Amino acid sequence: MKVTMKVNGRAVSGEVEGRTLLVDFLRNDLRLTGTHVGCDTSQCGACTVHVDGKQVKSCTMFAAEADGAEVATIEGVAAPDGTLSSIQQAFQDHHGLQCGFCTPGMVMAAASLLKDNPKPTEAEVRHHLDGNICRCTGYHNIVKAIMAASGQEMPAMAAE
Amino acid sequence: MPKDSGIGASSKRREDVRFLTGSGNYTDDINIYGQLYVHFLRADVAHAKLNGVDTKDAEAMPGVVRIFTGADFEAVGSIPCGWLITDRHGDPMQEPRHPVLAHGKIRHVGEPICAVVAETREQARDAAEAIVLDYETLPAVINMKDAVKADAPKVHDELTGNLCYDWGFVEDNKGAVDEAIKGAAHVTTLELVNNRLVANPMEPRVAVGEYNRSDDMHTLHTTSQNPHVIRLLMGAFVLGIPEHKLRVVAPDVGGGFGTKIFHYQEEAFVTFAAKALNRPVKWTSTRSEAFMSDAHGRDHVTKIELALDAENNFVAVRTETYANMGAYLSTFAPSVPTWLHGTLMAGNYKTPHIYVNVKAVFTNTVPVDAYRGAGRPEATFQLERVIDMAARELGVDPVALRRQNFITEFPYATPVAVEYDTGDYTATMDKLIDIADFAGFEARRKESEAKGKLRGLGVNCYIEACGIAPSNLVGQLGARAGLYDAATVRVNATGSISVMVGAHSHGQGHETSFPQVISEMIGIPEDQIDIVHGDTSKIPFGMGTYGSRSLAVCGSAMVRAAEKVINKAKKIAAHLMEASEGDIELKDGRFSVAGTDKSVAWGDVTLAAYVPHNYPLKDIEPGLEETAFYDPANFTYPSGAYACEVELDPETGHVKVERFSAADDFGNIINPMIVSGQVHGGIAQGIGQAMLEGCVYDADGQLISASYMDYAMPRAEDVPFYTVDHSCQTPCTHNPLGVKGCGEAGAIGSPPSLVNAVLDAINSGAGKKVAHIDMPLTPSRVWAAMQ
Repeated sequence: MKVTMKVNGRAVSGEVEGRTLLVDFLRNDLRLTGTHVGCDTSQCGACTVHVDGKQVKSCTMFAAEADGAEVATIEGVAAPDGTLSSIQQAFQDHHGLQCGFCTPGMVMAAASLLKDNPKPTEAEVRHHLDGNICRCTGYHNIVKAIMAASGQEMPAMAAE
Repeated sequence: MPKDSGIGASSKRREDVRFLTGSGNYTDDINIYGQLYVHFLRADVAHAKLNGVDTKDAEAMPGVVRIFTGADFEAVGSIPCGWLITDRHGDPMQEPRHPVLAHGKIRHVGEPICAVVAETREQARDAAEAIVLDYETLPAVINMKDAVKADAPKVHDELTGNLCYDWGFVEDNKGAVDEAIKGAAHVTTLELVNNRLVANPMEPRVAVGEYNRSDDMHTLHTTSQNPHVIRLLMGAFVLGIPEHKLRVVAPDVGGGFGTKIFHYQEEAFVTFAAKALNRPVKWTSTRSEAFMSDAHGRDHVTKIELALDAENNFVAVRTETYANMGAYLSTFAPSVPTWLHGTLMAGNYKTPHIYVNVKAVFTNTVPVDAYRGAGRPEATFQLERVIDMAARELGVDPVALRRQNFITEFPYATPVAVEYDTGDYTATMDKLIDIADFAGFEARRKESEAKGKLRGLGVNCYIEACGIAPSNLVGQLGARAGLYDAATVRVNATGSISVMVGAHSHGQGHETSFPQVISEMIGIPEDQIDIVHGDTSKIPFGMGTYGSRSLAVCGSAMVRAAEKVINKAKKIAAHLMEASEGDIELKDGRFSVAGTDKSVAWGDVTLAAYVPHNYPLKDIEPGLEETAFYDPANFTYPSGAYACEVELDPETGHVKVERFSAADDFGNIINPMIVSGQVHGGIAQGIGQAMLEGCVYDADGQLISASYMDYAMPRAEDVPFYTVDHSCQTPCTHNPLGVKGCGEAGAIGSPPSLVNAVLDAINSGAGKKVAHIDMPLTPSRVWAAMQ
């Protein structure tokens, strides 16, 4: 079947099977390989994107379900001239990533959190990340980066 | 003032920009025109006689190009094992054949049986469902102690039993250890399980094979920590492809933690099939496949005895460990419970008599190999647990008992064959007590108790052997490879530099930290220096990244190559300034003649090397590029002291990690920000092992925990902010940077202190006293132990 959607502001369309997942359409048909697949049970969040402004695991949605939707992926987060968004910049400044594989999902999850809750507490940040697994950072610097991106002071325990 | 570049600066990571913008190039992002997809039909039983495979219906399915079975690989080599252990009787370990695809027998759930190659991934998967397997299920051996019984079913019919080896270390110590334990004032005995884990880098494994008939060139793109090792193992031992006809590329790799060291069947398959079909072949693991095909970690069952004299000095340690090998020997599996475990049983303590016995056992489970720390977490856990247990039995302070027995003079030769070059265990313990705020603990405990909770504080020390490894030594110990590393420093005409390194970065930030070293040495900006890694066609050679070795071994090779470059550049500078070579100094990117105001810039010298119009061509060649291989003289010995503080709900057994503090001695540090990040991640994995993670098989060998629904990965809410410190620095004495390695410390050092803290909490209450709980300390286990 044919699907048409807007991805990062650009109108796209393609032929998909009924069973094609949104993440596979993004990765294989559109070659937007920044969105990653880390599991097959909707647990890890590496495939997190925004669909019509909502945080969605793109491995949990069929491409056909996104027909007509507006999809935002990691490739659309930085400014067209390459300037990083404040969240992306905070991740670099605070070493919020190591291998980088979970990072696109983390950034998309963080953007969704800060849109709804611009000044989250540490506990709220950790709770929001429940669906995003990172194996490298121990979350310390991810939480720190998101708190920093929200413009808040760091708790003393996060100093190092 | 913190430095803003060079050695010691927390330079921001340059690789972050591509990862943050979705521009990374991971193996699954590679798609080659005309590529086919392979789906592996994997065993869903643990042990069976495989009588036949009927692929007829499947072959007729849409898009199917070819279905391969074990019979297609009979003439192909066995997946090799890189380490030969000699047992306590002087005999070699038992080493079974490890086929690319199962043939005649199935030996673990997840073992690949058939490979379906089709035009699309979905077509390959659909066709696999139409394959009919004819097999007879056999009784499985899962429990190690059952597996070594005389009447146990054999995993490998051609072997004499399921015992891979029975290793004693040091065998000559045994008599003295037995005597010392017999005569000791106190002996503490602990039986424990070091739980089986799955490494779980977030990027599942991927392999893409390519073949070019016109020049007979094979290319394998793979998620590897060590592309040259894969080229050697697969080329020489499995497929018979000479190195110059095999290129292995490991591009951006999404975490490794050990499980991407090893050579796997899927890599050999796609390389073989790409030639057989003359089209590229791609395989992408699902997470479920990862759980049943990535080599697992840990899985030891241990009895440890610690003997003390009347003054509480440690007099002997004796251990007996059953180590699970799984169904086949993974690449470095035999070395993990032996040389990476037995050699560390002295820990930070001057115990004079130590004997370690390890029985490695085949079972019908996924192969077990190195996972972050590899043998050293197992050694640390049993030693630091038994010390805490002894302190409790003797009624002494666990920190004081450790301090009393610390090694304080270096170099120190342990009774288990290694020599620690340097360390200061008192300093890291002092630092820990400060950063973990031991002074405030009693007040925090009272606050918890006022809420009806229990609070506990646990400590442990650790030592590890990193910078793996001196080739002549590991050769004597059974390694079938050298463990040096290599680097080429290529200076370009205008002075910028490309450094080709054998280490592979899959999260460690080498692209940032390695240039910091060169920048410091030459005095040019870091952004003038780039690192090239992960492609056998671009780098001279390399044994890869594991065992916290990248900077200590490959970084040392890079320093040696840079020194050669600088020496040659000084000759050129001397010629340009008509001065004596001995008078030339290099500082801040300029060569000057000592005692004069004459100088030339780095770029003038490099340009002269490539445009040698005014150049000493009689004495030196044009160009400026040098390679060095570095083989370490010894292991490095990072050490530290860790503390965990937990709050425990006695009603539910739920444990919350409130504080976690780590004081590490990594020697000199290149990038403190990256080092802290490595420790954070290691601690989270240690908390995972101690509290959450456990790979579970049922008695029939079914893998119960094969998804993130069943295997509890640490999540952001499970962990606190960590307090880490690496200001205690005793530089390594035998490598040029004085560095020790920091990649595994967090995972090695953290599980015992968490368990010690939970036991401290339980035993601080009025209820039942508990001596030990096996990991993971889930609420149900903790609650049950308290009843």
